Amino acid sequence: MLTIENLAFGFPGRTVGRDVSFALDAGEVMCVLGPNGGGKTTLFRTVLGLLARHAGAIRLEGQAIETLSRPEIARRVGYVPQGHTGYFAFTVREFVLMGRTAHLGIFSAPGKKDLAVVSRVLDSLGIAQLADQPVTEISGGERQLALVARALAQEPQLLVLDEPTASLDFGNQVRVLQRISALAGSGMSILFSSHDPDHAFLCARRALLLAEGRVLEIGAPRAVIRSDTLQRLYGVSVQVIDLGGGGHTCLPAVGR
Amino acid sequence: MNSRTLSYVLSAGALVGLTALAFAVGRYPVSLNELFSVLFGQSVSPNVETVVLQVRGPRVLAALVVGAALAAAGTAYQGMFRNPLVSPDILGVSTGAALGAVLGIFLSLNVILIQLFAFAGGLVAVGLVYFIGSRLRGHDPLLALVLTGVVIGTLLGSAIALLKYLADPYNQLPAITYWLLGSLAAITPRDLGTAAPLALLGLAPMLLLRWRMNLLALPDDEARALGVDTRKLRTLVVAAATLMTAAAVAVSGIIGWVGLLIPHAARLLVGPDFGRLLPLAMLLGAAFLLAVDTLCRTIATIEVPPGVLTALIGTPFFLWLFALARRSW
Repeated sequence: MLTIENLAFGFPGRTVGRDVSFALDAGEVMCVLGPNGGGKTTLFRTVLGLLARHAGAIRLEGQAIETLSRPEIARRVGYVPQGHTGYFAFTVREFVLMGRTAHLGIFSAPGKKDLAVVSRVLDSLGIAQLADQPVTEISGGERQLALVARALAQEPQLLVLDEPTASLDFGNQVRVLQRISALAGSGMSILFSSHDPDHAFLCARRALLLAEGRVLEIGAPRAVIRSDTLQRLYGVSVQVIDLGGGGHTCLPAVGR
Repeated sequence: MNSRTLSYVLSAGALVGLTALAFAVGRYPVSLNELFSVLFGQSVSPNVETVVLQVRGPRVLAALVVGAALAAAGTAYQGMFRNPLVSPDILGVSTGAALGAVLGIFLSLNVILIQLFAFAGGLVAVGLVYFIGSRLRGHDPLLALVLTGVVIGTLLGSAIALLKYLADPYNQLPAITYWLLGSLAAITPRDLGTAAPLALLGLAPMLLLRWRMNLLALPDDEARALGVDTRKLRTLVVAAATLMTAAAVAVSGIIGWVGLLIPHAARLLVGPDFGRLLPLAMLLGAAFLLAVDTLCRTIATIEVPPGVLTALIGTPFFLWLFALARRSW
């Protein structure tokens, strides 16, 4: 689905990261871990073609990203940015309908078919009851789900989520991770970032550890998320505990 | 009938009522009977016919066109700049038009050339702001535009001040002041014939792209990730809104508040969806400016400049709206 080779990325005139290579198959979930300012968001924006790559190649289903138009990219890749509050008071339904834009002609407005897609997506995320509420007046967790819904309305094959669990309470974090697993089960590829290494254990097939814009390790979570790599990544000592039955969790050492 | 439909119906009703009233009142009152007789080509006294067709007709229509155009441009800009406090002047169209007109008056040109200067001044100012603003890389593109607009606007403002200082104080200065305050008193059918088609030309892309306009209200990255070429769309919207505003300002002078207040009020009534917002904002803008202009020519023996009246009505109304509205716009 997604192939990245020797990618160098960053802002115009400032390279943030380089030598990033990986491939993501259909139905595969990859979690990107790394410290604040480590380049996760910049990497994602580059993968989406929102920032020009500095070197290397990005291919979606074998096609180089620079040969694809914005709507062509939008029909393949859905993006869930870190939510914020500066929106106009669109209703959740109107907001999610915006996900249909890449499927519409330039002068057209969404029709019955698009409304049906939106209803289905809202149902699948369990937020159908929010449809007529303004996005400005729902909780942070609900808004995060609305952003996921909008990306799903794009009917993409790849979903890129930038810290989808940030600012969510524990229950909503788990719900988002459950949704990620379920979507992957239906064949969607998923690339997401998180501040919690446990999230990689919970639902990712692979983890990519990004430090100062370079790949520190990439592989199965239990192989790459270790005390030494977490120490490198975050500069704190962490114990990785085997819970038996395949489960793992990270326990930071906090002195008393 | 839901509250949205009610908003449209009431606004349209108010507009029709105000239009009839505007034709009726004034120094030479015209009854509704006489008005209909003129409109349906029946014979009336030549005085009535002159007042309706030559004096009040163009002025009423101009108020409708200018009001609707300013409101439409304001609606587009408030969405695009994601800010309900933005007016159509934000990229310098009014200041540019003012400089053009002031220059025309300073050079003692005729009315047609002054209007042409004003129109061109508006387009050139926004073109300059857009050209410079879109070349300031590494900043948020909207912020770069707004800041460039502010800076260029200040520069043009100084140029206007210089021309006022140099202008003949008995002849030109009053004309400049009069123009800067805005007025619909001197509108001719010919002015209307040029301004209205230009305003319609600016309106067309907004109507056609009304769905996509909504996505411009999202952060740039999000709109692009959803498949919109925001750069192209923004350029088109700026061009369309500038055309509308410049066409309006060239014939009316600077009339503030309409483009700021009306879209805001319309959004409170029907929400932010551009396709619903635009028609209501245009109805309200037309009705508001017509009401203001009718007051301007009837409340005193001399004409009150409409810009003064819009500010007098606009300021408290805006503060009230602002206090009324919760966080959501």
